[in-house]
Amino acid sequence: MIKTIKQIAINVNEEGYLTDFSQWTKEIGEEIAKENNIEMTDKHWQVISWIQEQVTAKKPLSIRGIKKSGVIDIKEFYALFPGGPLKVSTKIAGVPKPKSCI
Amino acid sequence: MLFILSKATIENVYAAFIMANGARMEGIESEIFFTFFGLEAIQKKKLEHLRVATVGNPAMHIPTMLGGLPGMEALATKMMKKEMEKLDMPPVGEFLEILSDSGCKLWACKLAVEMFHLKREDLIDEIEDIITVGDFYARADQENTHLLFI
Repeated sequence: MIKTIKQIAINVNEEGYLTDFSQWTKEIGEEIAKENNIEMTDKHWQVISWIQEQVTAKKPLSIRGIKKSGVIDIKEFYALFPGGPLKVSTKIAGVPKPKSCI
Repeated sequence: MLFILSKATIENVYAAFIMANGARMEGIESEIFFTFFGLEAIQKKKLEHLRVATVGNPAMHIPTMLGGLPGMEALATKMMKKEMEKLDMPPVGEFLEILSDSGCKLWACKLAVEMFHLKREDLIDEIEDIITVGDFYARADQENTHLLFI
């Protein structure tokens, strides 16, 4: 599917996740965040960068991984990205939705 | 999603934890009510010593007689924990911390706590409170609430 954000066409899947990470920019992340009623702060961006590093390094994302990340604790993670934090943060980060059950 | 955990075997405890955590990860509220043997999973001294049931469990694919031999439970438990670690599944204590931090509310059943002569300090700090069945049902008294007995 093609989605237009700020006049830029990006490829997304039916759930709205970017299918091509090379199309991701901070502006696009910011717009996706707004769609999820999130106003991005420095802390949000720190988490987003960490998630992108993990995915680039092919490390699986999990809630336990967040706990060990040293970037953020689980409570804060839930507070920053309400409504399913891993789901929402990966969408903003332009990476695939995690397939893990934990 | 409200879960009632009444058993202390590893497979049941993890089923409840994974389902409750999975709900939170999807943005769904979740709570666990620990009752009867389920209380073992929130007792400081016992929670890291839960075991797999090797007797009366056809899915183990070993004869019941063998399952009852000394050391069988410990062996099966060790093997299962190893597999879990491979999948990055946290140990029980850490899992409870994750659940609590994720906003999953953990409750202990008052009647069962009294029956097993437990005190508040025997239970992990993450427990919200020790409540009655009625209190728990009151929490479930909302639209779109699901109760699951494990």
